[in-house]
This record gives sequence, structure tokens and C-alpha cells, in this order.
Amino acid sequence: MRLESGIPSGPLKDKWDKHRFEMKLINPANKRKYSIIVVGTGLAGGAAAASFAELGYNVKAFTYNDSPRRAHSISAQGGINSAKNYQNDGDSIWRLFYDTIKGGDFRSREANVYRLAQVSTNIIDQCVAQGVPFARDYGGLLANRSFGGAQVARTFYARGQTGQQLLLGAYSALSRMIGAGKVEMHNRKEMMDIVLIDGVARGIVTRDLTNGKIESFEADAICLATGGYGNVFFLSTNAQACNVTAAFRAYKKGALFANPCYTQIHPTCIPVSGDHQSKLTLMSESLRNDGRIWVPMKKGDNRPPNQIPENERDYFLERKYPSFGNLSPRDISSRSAQEVCDEGRGVSVTGYGVYLDFEDAIGRLGKETIEERYGNLFEMYERITGDDPYSTPMQIYPASHYTMGGLWVDYNLMSTIPGLHVLGEANFSDHGANRLGASALMQGLADGYFVIPYTIANYLAQGKLDKAGTDHPEFKKAEQEVKEKINKFLSINGKRTPTSFHRELGQLVWDNVGMGRNEAGLRKMLEKIPAIREEFWDNLKVTGRSEDMNMVIEKAGRVADFLEFAEIMAWDALEREESCGAHFREEHQTEDGEALRDDEKFSHVAAWEYKGVGNKPLRHREELEFENVKLAVRSYK
Amino acid sequence: MKLTLHIWRQKDANDKGILETHIADDVSEDMSFLEMLDVLNEDLILQDKEPVTFDHDCREGICGTCSLTINGRPHGHEKATTTCQLHMRKFTDGEEIFIEPFRAKAFPVIKDLVVDRSPFERIMQAGGFISIHTGAAQDANALPISKINAELAMDAAACIGCGACVAACPNGAAMLFVSAKVSQFALLPQGQPERQKRALAMVNKMDAEGFGACTNHYECEASCPKEVSVRFIAKLNREFLGASLFEH
Ligand SMILES: Cc1cc2nc3c(=O)[nH]c(=O)nc-3n(C[C@H](O)[C@H](O)[C@H](O)COP(=O)(O)OP(=O)(O)OC[C@H]3O[C@@H](n4cnc5c(N)ncnc54)[C@H](O)[C@@H]3O)c2cc1C
Ligand code: FES
Repeated sequence: MRLESGIPSGPLKDKWDKHRFEMKLINPANKRKYSIIVVGTGLAGGAAAASFAELGYNVKAFTYNDSPRRAHSISAQGGINSAKNYQNDGDSIWRLFYDTIKGGDFRSREANVYRLAQVSTNIIDQCVAQGVPFARDYGGLLANRSFGGAQVARTFYARGQTGQQLLLGAYSALSRMIGAGKVEMHNRKEMMDIVLIDGVARGIVTRDLTNGKIESFEADAICLATGGYGNVFFLSTNAQACNVTAAFRAYKKGALFANPCYTQIHPTCIPVSGDHQSKLTLMSESLRNDGRIWVPMKKGDNRPPNQIPENERDYFLERKYPSFGNLSPRDISSRSAQEVCDEGRGVSVTGYGVYLDFEDAIGRLGKETIEERYGNLFEMYERITGDDPYSTPMQIYPASHYTMGGLWVDYNLMSTIPGLHVLGEANFSDHGANRLGASALMQGLADGYFVIPYTIANYLAQGKLDKAGTDHPEFKKAEQEVKEKINKFLSINGKRTPTSFHRELGQLVWDNVGMGRNEAGLRKMLEKIPAIREEFWDNLKVTGRSEDMNMVIEKAGRVADFLEFAEIMAWDALEREESCGAHFREEHQTEDGEALRDDEKFSHVAAWEYKGVGNKPLRHREELEFENVKLAVRSYK
Repeated sequence: MKLTLHIWRQKDANDKGILETHIADDVSEDMSFLEMLDVLNEDLILQDKEPVTFDHDCREGICGTCSLTINGRPHGHEKATTTCQLHMRKFTDGEEIFIEPFRAKAFPVIKDLVVDRSPFERIMQAGGFISIHTGAAQDANALPISKINAELAMDAAACIGCGACVAACPNGAAMLFVSAKVSQFALLPQGQPERQKRALAMVNKMDAEGFGACTNHYECEASCPKEVSVRFIAKLNREFLGASLFEH
């Protein structure tokens, strides 16, 4: 299979303009004759569904949440990037483009990233017009901050609730279109499979989570905006329901899965407190602006932190990366924390935690300033841990946070299945091997508001498909398979809950495809997963009935897919024999432990093709061409 | 800790429902309330009993999905805290805890502790937006907004749509929810063109959905995990009155 990215020719700056001109259009009067299914109503899906409806298409949108006002996107705290250069500090579309390419460790497409930087300015305009209450300065203009180590202040924010406010903006636009009858909204409905007819994506099969009803829906095109797969680690900062099912179903039907091993681990999360742990809470990265990260010099030093004298503390980030210090990029900070904990110098009940200490900052700036800056976060921390960060250092540890990998898409955001488009975190498109802070919200909204509304027309205009009808044998077959799978869950009657399998798998993935990866670990994981999967299908316990609201069935279905998906993560990590961005192969590092890229062999996207359960998937490559930037070594020393 | 839990069980909307008692033996104070229920549920499944169904997603206090009435109070007694952010160290060994769904006429129970909050959706669809289509916006800084108004709008916009206000209100009113959205937009220049139309449409829809009237109990504010202020209700009343006068 040849992967055609469809990147337009011509100078980088003109590609998107030129492409917009060259793409086919659909006459306004004809748009209502086309229907589009949007699965997922987070930032990407909500924005897309509202924009399609405004253009005149008929939209059917789906979410497993009880309302499109809720989606994982709502948790984003820090902010959204945009190349507005309102601060006059040297930002530009080019700089945002370059920072994103470099941040991704030169493993993303130039043309996509450039387009992202270009439309980033429209996003802020759009959101402000919707009434999103971004932070402002005293003159009434928009405020910005520098985020995640960026050298310019290009991040827009709404207190610590940026994701919430952006999602509510998209949600209000979507609500308007639902009210106008242009979007048929299906809440609490989970997509269980995708239906292809003659190789083209034509519809989906869903399960109504309130009564178990299995239904089919047909459309002329489908968009998946179903988020990332960070919950494959079991513990992550993602919302509880986040899962890989929608993307994985598409993969099993022939869509290629790109770069699954690129997963981001966020350095500042609250550590695990016990076996009951269900999720890990992110503490905003902004804390690293003033907090100092340290562990005791000595192994097993369990004195309380305030009794450890200054000269017996190791401020390891400041020591190793003098110029970026505590603000070193996420992957580097996370890996360093793991290293010191592996050495036995970690803190917290499990030994896997490091201190984030505000004592100096409070001394320097006063408690009031710190309270002003981080009051909410400190409160949240205290609520969860019972400790007061004003008087004792916080404990933090890295956790799974974001997934750069996703379904492979071309420049038009279409997967290798004709008609199936993929938006937001669910695709692989723009972040390469590592995502910069405040860029996921930007990408989700760029895809949803400003890319897919154009590119979908180009697909639809290729010719109207004949209506197949949801009685078509392909729909019936998919429905039947979904029902059989659920019946199977209910009939095994074993001794283990879906969650216990998820937990076991998550630990395995964390240990082997977490912050550091090596061949032995990855091979061991590939050996172990089939056995867990086998036990799952043999010893699973699912209670209740399929005709009711049933959380256990929901969980079982998601875990079943994670159990297959984890294998492609391991294959991808194994065959990418280099370190880049968040993918750190221990065999490939410099003498002082920094990531060692191999541009000669691995300057490409790896896209995996399904070859049956338990079989090794087939690896395809899309070569990355860099015409505008020079590949450089990422250095934060 | 050992706790006695009295948990509302209800098969579906038509079932009458009862309180069922469970003992939670080994509760760690570091658990969140929902983690305590997770542990109970894992046990129930292994005993071949149906676990307790409840709504949740982010577990960070921001999505507004979790919705339990704990000891008679939506989201429990901790100030400014959602159920998912409530931790067991706030309870004492040997305590009895009553766990029920959000109770409100407009929010029928779907199962156990899960309720249907779709009336909020329909109120939003009636007018909870600024009519701007994608791509039509002017430059974001073309419209300065005073910091004070922007901050106030953000206070209102902080609502997570959980419905605790409705469940806490003796009348089952949705005024705090509606007033937060109406106020957010009324405070911003972008919201002006549809200001009156919006207030009327949202309030009328709210009435049609069977929410009660506000008689100033202020229980809504007390139970709001985001501390949305009842001052917005006063603002909504003014907005609505102004709009009605204008209409007639
Ligand atoms: C704690 C936290 C903080 C973050 N902070 C930031 C930040 O400050 N800045 C930033 O840029 N990014 C941040 N991110 C990342 C960012 O929030 C996400 O990457 C982004 O919001 C993803 O948006 P999305 O629309 O692609 O997917 P999501 O918001 O995950 O939405 C997925 C949607 O798909 C639906 N769905 C999924 N599967 C199915 C199915 N099978 N059937 C039906 N519906 C389905 C869901 O119901 C949901 O509506 C943060 C992430 C986390 C975890
Ligand atoms: S689960 Fe999201 S607010 Fe409680």
C-alpha cells in the first residue's frame, strides 16, 4: 500500500490556500442532500458537527457522554496556542510552525503543521465571538502567557479552565444547530463498529447505553473525533470513559494506525496513593514556573522533606539542564523523575514521586503572590492528598496524558478508508513524536472548525453514493457481531472483572511502553499480552443484562479492544529503533543519556495494517520530507 | 475505616426503588468517594450481584457528570466540591452514609444513581448561544472587554452543568443554571444583539421543562461545586423583566 499524503505542491506558505482553491465545492443548495456522521463531540467533533450544520449538511452526532457539553476536552487546564503575536514578542506563524515541528522532534509533516499554525489565529477569533471569556488585561485586550517552555507568550487561557470554556463554546454552537434541527444529537450512544460497503465508509453501529439497543446509522461520510487512547495505561489523566474502541474498530476494518508508540507522559501529576487508584490528576504545568523539583541525595532517605538540609537535596532538573531547569520539556522532565525513583531516591508512599517545592518561591515572592498564581491548584492538591503545599512540598510523578499516535490521515484528514475522516487527538497528524503544551486544543479546533469543513466537501463532491439503507447485509452483519460479542461477555461467567484485566494490562504497558522502552521489555510484553487476552475471554465476569444500562458491559467492550491494541503499540515501539520525542528507546541514547534520533532510517511515519488478532500487523511507511526546516538535535541543556 | 452505606437501587425509571445497605470494610482515607464505590462494585460483581450504577467521567471536578446526593446533600457536605473530588478522609470510621441520586422532578432516574438531565440540553438549544457561524468572526482584539466584565462573565461561565442546584432547591428550580448562561452572555458585547431574545427563550423553555420557581432559598448556591453566585439569579430576573417589557 502506498500512503498518499496528498500534500499540495508549491511553497509551504501557499499550500493551504492553493488547496482550498483547487478542492471541489458543493453548491449551497445541494448540501442538504448530504449527510455526515460525527462520532465524538469533544472539541474536534463538536466544532466539526456545528460547522457542518451551519454549512447546510445534515449531521448526526454521537457521544457516549450524557451531553455534548461533557467530553474529555473539558479537563484541559492550561490554555490554547495561537500565533496572534498580540504581545509583540516575536511570535509568528512561522515560529509556531517551527516550534511545533521541533517540539515533535521532526517527526511530523511540514505542510500539516504549517496549516495548523496558520488557522490558529482564526480559532481565537471564533472562540471570542462565541463568548468564550478568555483572560484579559486591564486595557480589555486578550492576555497571554508562555506555556510549556515556549520562548514567546502565545497561550490564551480562561483561568485554569481553558478546555472547559472552549468546549462550552463549541457546545453552544452545536446546541444552536441541534435546536435548529440541523444536527440530530445522540447522547449516551456508543459507536461499536463501523460499516463499510464496497470498501467505502457508510455508517456505524451503536449501542444505546441507557437500554442496550443496538442500532445502525448511515451517511455519506463519517468523521471520528473520538479522542486518544491514553487509558491503555489504566492509570492516566484522561477521563474514565476515554478508550480506543472507535479508532480500533476502524483499524480492524482497514484504516491504518500511525505511530501508536508515541504517547506523552506528563511530568506533574499527583502520585498513586494505593490499589484503589482509578485515575491520576494532572497538576498544571504552570506550577513548574515557580516550583523547584527535587529528591533526597541519599537512597531511602525518609526524613520529612523540611528536615532534609539543602546540601542533601538533588534538584536534578536544574543540575542536568541548567538552562531550562525545572521548565525542561515534558518527556525529559518525566524521564528524569523516573530515573531518580528507579535509583531508590523517590518519595511518596510507593517510592514513585518527587517533590515540587514552593518554599523558595514563597520566600522570594510572598505567600500572597503564590496564592494568587496557584491558589486553585493548591486547593485541589490539598483536597486530594490532604497535604498543604504552602507548608510542605507537593509530591508529583509522571502519568500518561496524551497520545500523539492515532489513525493515519492524509492532508484532507481522511484515513485509508474512503469516506472515513479522523479529527482531533484520534488522528496522528500534527504533533510528531511529542506534543507541545497548549497545542492539542489548537489542533482539535483547527481540525473541526477550519480544516474538515472544507476538505469534506472535496470528498463528497466526488459523486453522490446510492443509499444503501441500514437493512443492507453489511449493517446487519455488523449489528450481529456486536450482539454476539456482548452475549459472549455475559456468558463467560468467570471470576475476574473487566477492570482487573484493564489494571493488569495497564501495568504491563506502563512498565514496557512507558517512559523508557527496550527490546527485551517489548518482546516480553508481546509474549504476555496474548495470555492475558486468552484469560479475558475465558475467565471474565460480566453481570446484569444486555437490555439495561450496564457499566460492566461497557467496560468489558473497551478493555477487549485495549487488549488487542496494546500489541500494536509494542510492535511500533520495537521496530522504531531510535529515540525521538516521547519515544525513548534505551538502546538509543547519547553518552549522557539524551535521546538519539536516527533520521537516516526513521524519518518516516509508521502506519500499521491489521492482519488478524494476535498476528503481527504490517508496517507501512510514509516518508517525511523536510523542505523548509533543517533537522536539528533537540537540546535543552 | 469501616462504613455502612445505604445506597439507592432502582432498576429503571418505572421501578419504585429502595435503599440497600452495604458494609464497606476497608476504606482508605486517600480514596475518593467514587473510588470507594468502585471497590464496592468490584466486590459486588465477584459476588454475581449487579454493581451500583452511577455517572462519572473526568473525576477532576470539571465535567459535571458525577451526581450523587450524599447524606441528603447534592455532592455531599464539603463546600465547593463535586462528588468525584470528595475524599474519604472527610468521613469518620463507623459512619453511616446515605447515597441517593440527584432528586428533582425534571431529572427522572434512569437507573440506581443515574438521572436524566436532558432538560438542560433543551434549555441550551433554545437560546444558550451567540449566533455566529464558523469563520464569520472579526479579529479577537477588535472588541476590548473590560477586565471586570470578563472576570464576571467567567464566574458565570464556570458552571459545570451538573444539576446540583436543581437537586438542592426545595422547588427543583433551574434558575442558577439558566442565570449563569444568560449572565455570561449579557455581560459581553458579543452577547448584546440576542440578549433579550435569549433570556426569554431560555426562561420559557425552563418553565416548559417542569422546573419549579425560585423562592429565594439559596440552597442552589450553597450546593454549587463551582460557587456560582445567586447574584446571577437577580441579574436573570432583571434581564427577563427587561426583555418581557420590551416584547410587549
Ligand atoms: C488533564 C488534561 C489537561 C489537558 N490540558 C491541555 C491544555 O492545557 N492544552 C491543550 O492544548 N491540551 C490539553 N490537554 C489535551 C486535550 O485536552 C485533548 O487532547 C483534547 O481535548 C482532545 O479533544 P478531542 O476532541 O480530540 O477528543 P475528546 O475531548 O476526548 O472527545 C472525544 C469524544 O468522543 C466521544 N467518543 C469516544 N469514543 C466514542 C464511541 N465509541 N462512541 C461514541 N462517542 C465516542 C466522547 O464521548 C467524546 O465526546 C489536556 C488533557 C488532559 C488529560
Ligand atoms: S466526574 Fe467530572 S465532575 Fe465529577
